[in-house]
Amino acid sequence: MSERDMLEEIRRSIIMGHLDAEDEGFDGSMEGTPGTVELVEEALEARTEPQQILTVFNAAMEEVGRLFEAGEYLLPDMLASAECVGEAMDVLEPHLAGTADTQKGTFLIATVKGDLHDIGKNIVITMLKGAGYQVRDLGIDVPADDIVAAVKQHKPQYLGLSALLTTTMTEMETVIRKLKEAGITDVKVIIGGAPTSEEFAQKIGADGHCRDALEAVEKLEALRSAS
Amino acid sequence: MAAATMAAVRKALAVDPATRLSADRVQSIHAASLELLDDPGIWCTGERALAVFEAGGCRTARVSEGGRQDGYRVRIPAAVIERALESAPDEVVLGARDPANTLVLRGKEPKVYFGTGSQANLVLESRMASFRSEEAPEQAAMLPVYSESTGSIAHLCRSAHLAEHLSNVDFFIRNVNAQDESIPSEHRDVNIYFAALLHTTKHVQGGLESLEALQPMLRLAELVATDGAEPGGANPGGANPGHADRGATGRDGSVRGLPVSFIACPVKSPLQMVADTAEKVVAIAEADVPLVISCSPQGGSTAPIQEEGMVAQINAEILAGLTLAQLARPGCPVLYGAVPVRARLDNLHDFYGAPEFVHYNLGCVQMARSYGIPCYSSAGVGDAKRPGMQATVEKLPSHLSVAASGAQYIHYAFGLLDRTNVFSPLQAVLDDGAIGLVKQVVRPCSFSADDLTAAVEEIRSVARSSGVFARRVRKQLRRGVVGDAYAFADDGQADRVLERAQRKLEELYQLEPRRLSDATVDRVYAAVPGLIDRRMFDIR
Repeated sequence: MSERDMLEEIRRSIIMGHLDAEDEGFDGSMEGTPGTVELVEEALEARTEPQQILTVFNAAMEEVGRLFEAGEYLLPDMLASAECVGEAMDVLEPHLAGTADTQKGTFLIATVKGDLHDIGKNIVITMLKGAGYQVRDLGIDVPADDIVAAVKQHKPQYLGLSALLTTTMTEMETVIRKLKEAGITDVKVIIGGAPTSEEFAQKIGADGHCRDALEAVEKLEALRSAS
Repeated sequence: MAAATMAAVRKALAVDPATRLSADRVQSIHAASLELLDDPGIWCTGERALAVFEAGGCRTARVSEGGRQDGYRVRIPAAVIERALESAPDEVVLGARDPANTLVLRGKEPKVYFGTGSQANLVLESRMASFRSEEAPEQAAMLPVYSESTGSIAHLCRSAHLAEHLSNVDFFIRNVNAQDESIPSEHRDVNIYFAALLHTTKHVQGGLESLEALQPMLRLAELVATDGAEPGGANPGGANPGHADRGATGRDGSVRGLPVSFIACPVKSPLQMVADTAEKVVAIAEADVPLVISCSPQGGSTAPIQEEGMVAQINAEILAGLTLAQLARPGCPVLYGAVPVRARLDNLHDFYGAPEFVHYNLGCVQMARSYGIPCYSSAGVGDAKRPGMQATVEKLPSHLSVAASGAQYIHYAFGLLDRTNVFSPLQAVLDDGAIGLVKQVVRPCSFSADDLTAAVEEIRSVARSSGVFARRVRKQLRRGVVGDAYAFADDGQADRVLERAQRKLEELYQLEPRRLSDATVDRVYAAVPGLIDRRMFDIR
């Protein structure tokens, strides 16, 4: 297969949300055929420039976004494609070291103390990985002090806080207060979860609120452009 | 001669039928209906119908009853009715301009088609307009504004075009009463049917205002049936099994039934056979064209209000019409036409939003199925005057319940408002969305043992990994195991159902009409008298 054909295969595989050979893919019929991960490994073995592969990732996700906007794709399709890119980035990243534009920034994310819900958080992780961010997941029921410590350690550009309950969303305010008390002012805090709102985000001093995972990507892109 | 084949036909919604009556009650109602047809029997004034009944073994007696013109009491013995039920075919094929839109109805099979209905006098057109609150100018909204006009041939053409493009409309009953003064009354039938046939490739059905129009109508239907088919191809076997109706043979040798069928209402409730429509039943039966024997008693005025009385009476009335048709031509294709409605008790108008409307219809569906005769049923009518939430709420109980009952042929389902007086294209688009949901709700559970094994494996796998099933939804979406969202759902905070539906309506109006070929139109004009200037059928 020529390099051009190989890159086109990767692009198509991402658009079809075909992760790997074990994945059933777009319509349940793709199991047993090479998916994005295998194709990227094959391309690297064939000495394709990693930067070229990265360019294909971006182009494929742009097309997925277009299909979603057009109503042809639904969120599960988008998630599948994002997961392809996220997993393939793990394969590609060691080969990109030292080159420019390897990542858009680091995003730390946690479900706050007292809250065990993580579906929304996990979807945000998948989408942000697919969009090219370095994501660190602190898990669920994370105390404010642990979050502040993790921010100090990893120095992310962005921090995501998630909560599903009206009783736990107030913990987000505690995290933001403790960040300030620790003198940390250079991390942008984005909050999300069913009971939260733009108004609540402003009230507790967060830098942004996102209604869903798609908006999380949009908000981060906007913050990145503004910085 | 090569055997005729049935090409792919329009897919029906198969359901596990919901029932309201026990088997014992169905039998009891059947017995009650037979009793009514024997005593008092049917009041009949039409000579032609009377002759058919007498030749068929019914007892007739000329009587003079208070307050009525002299007529005949026709007592129909149970044995005559049972024979008629045996000869009525279980399967009725309703052809279409596009053979892929052919409908196959089987009396015992609960497979559902939805279509338009009534013959509304008024058409309610709509457009969106922006409004701003006088008290709070920062509050603005987009809302529909309406204009009501008398139904015309132009409205009918646009309505047929709309029905062509609404995905859940399976058949088209002329739903607008075209009242153009330029159409001579003796030629109304051919012009109305031609307007519909010109703009939809789906099955077209309606009444027959004049019996003299039957032969020109059949000629029109035959010519339309050959549009795009092998020139000169006659239907070798007929689309309705065992009957030589007037279809055509497609290029693949498949049978194409006539693209039209008729509705007749031979019985005026309670139990009075009308001379004019009874004569039409006989003529249409003799022509072997599919026919709906439709009856519409009103619970509380022309029938008992309680459901057992209503169903017993309407069943008797339909059986009387059906027996007349089968005596006129044994084996002619008929539909059991049930349009039972309840009276409002303040003014005795039809009350379609009443729960009893649903109860009556469900009983009729079961009676028809017990006879193995396809059921023409009614759903999707209400009393609301404007499109939107109230109208949809009133329609939904019957849309859902009658579909769940497995009625084969549900009319009235699209766009009717103010009972059956107004046709609203905007409401038709909303109803199409609601019926899309109804189809998802009533489809039967179909998983196999393999599906369950695969599901367990999926749960096991996801529980060990991400905990999120969302990306695995894709296979089920593409298999059609799960449905789409409501067609007009909004992804934001605002509810813009009417705005979205209006936009869709305008998009559908812009689609290219699926007209008959010019050659067929020329042949129709050469062979069928009374058609108005062809430019009056142009919706562009």
